[in-house]
Amino acid sequence: MAVYSKKETRKAPSNVKGLTFWLRENLFSSPFNVALTLLGVMLLVWVIPPFIKWAYWDANFAGSTREDCTGGGACWVFIRMKIDMFMYGFYPSEFRWRVNTVYGLFLVLIAAFRYLKSPMFKIVSAHVYFIAGFILVHGGLAGLEVVPTDKWGGLMLTIMVAAVGIVSAFPLGVILALGRASHLPIIRSLSVTYIEFIRGVPLITILFMSSVILPLFFPEGMNFDKLLRALIGIAMFEAAYIAENIRGGLQSIPKGQYEAADAIGLSYWQKMFLVILPQALKVAIPNLVGVSIALFQDTTLVLIIGLFDLLAMVRLSAADSYWLGYETEGYVFVTFIFWFFCYMMSNFSQKLEKRFNTNLRK
Amino acid sequence: MKERKEIIEIKNLNKWYGDFHVLKEVNLTVKKGEIIVVCGPSGSGKSTLIRCINYLEQFQEGSISVEGIDLVNDVKKIKAIREEVAMVFQHFNLFPHLTILDNLTLAPIWVKKMPRKEAEAMAMKYLERVGIANQATKYPNQLSGGQQQRVAIARALCKNPKIMLFDEPTSALDPEMVAEVLDVMIELAKEDKTMVCVTHEMGFAKKVADRIIFMDAGQIVEENTPEEFFQHPESERLKLFLEQILSH
Repeated sequence: MAVYSKKETRKAPSNVKGLTFWLRENLFSSPFNVALTLLGVMLLVWVIPPFIKWAYWDANFAGSTREDCTGGGACWVFIRMKIDMFMYGFYPSEFRWRVNTVYGLFLVLIAAFRYLKSPMFKIVSAHVYFIAGFILVHGGLAGLEVVPTDKWGGLMLTIMVAAVGIVSAFPLGVILALGRASHLPIIRSLSVTYIEFIRGVPLITILFMSSVILPLFFPEGMNFDKLLRALIGIAMFEAAYIAENIRGGLQSIPKGQYEAADAIGLSYWQKMFLVILPQALKVAIPNLVGVSIALFQDTTLVLIIGLFDLLAMVRLSAADSYWLGYETEGYVFVTFIFWFFCYMMSNFSQKLEKRFNTNLRK
Repeated sequence: MKERKEIIEIKNLNKWYGDFHVLKEVNLTVKKGEIIVVCGPSGSGKSTLIRCINYLEQFQEGSISVEGIDLVNDVKKIKAIREEVAMVFQHFNLFPHLTILDNLTLAPIWVKKMPRKEAEAMAMKYLERVGIANQATKYPNQLSGGQQQRVAIARALCKNPKIMLFDEPTSALDPEMVAEVLDVMIELAKEDKTMVCVTHEMGFAKKVADRIIFMDAGQIVEENTPEEFFQHPESERLKLFLEQILSH
């Protein structure tokens, strides 16, 4: 028999931390790893300096005409001269403050979300924002002159289509997901049919259908706004994908959670909205943000039904005979804008995940 | 023992999972304030039986009435019965996205429409009783198994139920934590709550049970007071069962 005394805790030895340790562990741990590291460095050396040379050292920023681009690198003058087109499309310049106000109000909304705890108030303020935003951009009320939707374009249209698409598809997606998980056969088969039908059809087809076929069902002379039809199509399309992601979340919730909610006497809707969905949505966050990012990029497809989003505006500008030959600059610019927004969404997703993580250890 | 009113009446209960006959002609009457311990080998249908009492499981034949309410597939009646019956699960089943306090106040606020302040005061009172009031703002996963089960008991108490069902409340716990949960249950047993516990804690059964029910293969094999149950088991099946669980 033996009895052992309590051991003191010691500091970790110095060879398990620090820069050299990190380098050895992560970059040079094996011959294969060393080769990969060297290859990676070579690739960076090969790509980055030429790009910086083109985009910065040899580039021209100042001026207002083609002739100002003399450096042989990128001609950012083109972007500068066309930036209003990229941002607002054909939206009349004297009314652009209205669009900018909507951007500004978005920051106010975020601040409100941060300081106001009540979920009711958050929902109300988000609705107020969307309605006020629409009135501001569209006009027709409060003495604001109407700007018809065919004048909307550029980044503003891209953001609007994506935002309205995601926000209006979300509730529909939740309902569809609950429908698919329902025990009632009719509701379940309706949801399954809808989801599987939409998922079997490309977005382009849906957009064509909503812009060409949908009007055939309306009475003669009734003209539905083209943008509205596109938005309805996109929302219906997205809802199916959102529903599938939420269903994945629902399936990850153990049966015990349903039983506990039943046992304490919650009704079906209380059980779903208070216990099951909050957990399922948390699980689904990465996928839901993935869908949102994909939708943000898919907004470029609205070009085919004659709406001019950011990418379409850049193509249009690059086809301008005076600025011929500068499409590279345009596409690099579009790439950057899209990357920026998608990266922000991705970051936001990680923040959300952290914030809702209650699976903490002591 | 003084004469008391029947609170649970189970008559000729039969249940099948597909072709498998899990409960066979079960008859059981529980009086108000009684403590019943249900034991038996695994797969004997004891969990299924108590899960039928608050309709977490449906049954095909027979009848259950709780406080005079007949348990049938009717949302209103199920709701009425669930108002009276609370359940504590083997795996606690706390809601991991809510704090301990919110776990407790969820049903009072949403089902009983109690004002939040009042619900929280009541929740704190019950947390105090199970000895974890200082953990109220934490999340379930930050607590040990024993603490979580005590929270689950407090959550059940928040409904102020007439009947408490316990479905193997200590089976998922580390040995060191069993005692703290049993202590809380023993305290509860001293009050006028009706309790039906599925458990293998024979010490607990001896101490507090009014009657012990032994189930095997979907039926009640033997039913007796604790003294008789342990001293003079009649059926061979129970003798074997007691031999096995008491020999260690």
